[in-house]
Amino acid sequence: MIVSVRLFFGALADAGSFVLDRTYSSEAVGTRIRIERQSMTRAKPTEFDVAVIGGGLMGSAIAWGLAKVGQRVTVLDEGDVAFRASRGNFALIWVQSKGLGLAPYSAWTMRSSNAWAGFADALKEQIGIDVCFQRPGGFNLSLSERELENRRSLLQRIQDQPGMQRFDFEMLDPARVKQAIPQIGPEVVGASYSRYDGHCNSPQLFRALNAAMQQLGVAYLPEHRVDRIEYVAREFRLFSARGEIRASKIVLAAGIDNVRLGPMVGLDVPVRPQRGQLIVTERTAPFLNYVVQTVRQTDEGGLMFGDSQEETGADPSVTSPVISVLANRAVRMFPQVANLNIVRTWAALRVMTKDGFPIYDQSERCPGAFCASCHSGVTLAAAHALFLAPCIAAGDLPAAQFKPFSSRRFDVPALAA
Amino acid sequence: MFQRLQPEAANPTVTFTIDGKPVKARAGDTVAAAMLAAGLHYCRTTPVSGAPRAPYCMMGVCFDCLVTVDGIGNRQGCLVRVRDGMQVELQLGKRELGR
Repeated sequence: MIVSVRLFFGALADAGSFVLDRTYSSEAVGTRIRIERQSMTRAKPTEFDVAVIGGGLMGSAIAWGLAKVGQRVTVLDEGDVAFRASRGNFALIWVQSKGLGLAPYSAWTMRSSNAWAGFADALKEQIGIDVCFQRPGGFNLSLSERELENRRSLLQRIQDQPGMQRFDFEMLDPARVKQAIPQIGPEVVGASYSRYDGHCNSPQLFRALNAAMQQLGVAYLPEHRVDRIEYVAREFRLFSARGEIRASKIVLAAGIDNVRLGPMVGLDVPVRPQRGQLIVTERTAPFLNYVVQTVRQTDEGGLMFGDSQEETGADPSVTSPVISVLANRAVRMFPQVANLNIVRTWAALRVMTKDGFPIYDQSERCPGAFCASCHSGVTLAAAHALFLAPCIAAGDLPAAQFKPFSSRRFDVPALAA
Repeated sequence: MFQRLQPEAANPTVTFTIDGKPVKARAGDTVAAAMLAAGLHYCRTTPVSGAPRAPYCMMGVCFDCLVTVDGIGNRQGCLVRVRDGMQVELQLGKRELGR
């Protein structure tokens, strides 16, 4: 039996060029099925306004934002082998301790946090997925006087920076912390608190963005690792094993692979993988009404304990010494969690820049090529979708807003020397 | 629904409670087996949708036999032997912190 199937991909079919031919043949007994797959046949390269390289939270948020302002967009994603911070993160939307050394990063983070409720509502309204955004306020618990003093000092120095859009935070003694979170243990000596911190269900966020962008006509192309980019006659040609895609603008949102892709279009994107390990427990009756920076209760009840920061290269392994430390600190903060069963541990790789701040840049050599790299793809998802994407659609990142985030900031010491 | 293969077996009887009600079982029974023999149709409800679930694999794999045993939640009933005086409770939804 031979069955021939022709599949037309939604938005691609509009451009009239991609046809996927598949021939399935099965032998009579049906115990052995042979699948022959011809590669995509291509009349001419498909053309888009923007090709986003990378289909994680960064790429999906930008692609959704671009589609909302009317751009014809494709997302070229890697396959299941991709490193996916989007699937491994802690799901915080975190403000209080961001931006020491770069006040505009604090402002950008706050702007995203403030936009998050509307962002979550828009996703829910469009495709009916609740990403469970909440901003109940966040605590960072200290287990020693030294930790507490370091914390106070860090937060104060952030607020005291020149150009800072100041916001309020509080340092709380154990009695005040206990009023909010009665389950804390005797080793907690105090905490910092900010009412601007929140969290969401990040796997649902990832799913929602993927579904929402495709509903708006974005052509999502998995298994399209980009091998080569050419810039010819003000147009970008992207080559993968599946063929060629053309676009007038491109966005590099490929996580740590931006290091490889950047130089193809005159961009320098110095990022490295930084490992974080996490623990999740069985689902537990809700008790934690706030976000704690390393202990979070998800909307479905599981407790997550995080999160390490390890310079171990591109190795997403879980290691028991680190997991032990995470578990130990969680138990010292909340003694009752000691009895809970752990159901999973995992590791993921942050996309870390040299100074920890995001990189948003546009290429001088290849106008229309943009890059976006950061380690806070959840916190900044709203900003990427609602504020960054419209600038990319317009073809320019305004200096007033984005100059602090250019990777040219890393060149200054070299020039001075 | 379930019947013992050897109703006349000579194992001594033990008494435990399910949600406070006394139930008889055989020494050597697992909690899951004793609950099925006692005629229970489910031993837990799931933490997200609240659907009722009964012991299934009886060998420690499926986690559908979760119960609270002597005040400790989410124990696998098929891996715990019933004892005289044991207090078993249905695991209704999520386990509570400290239980």
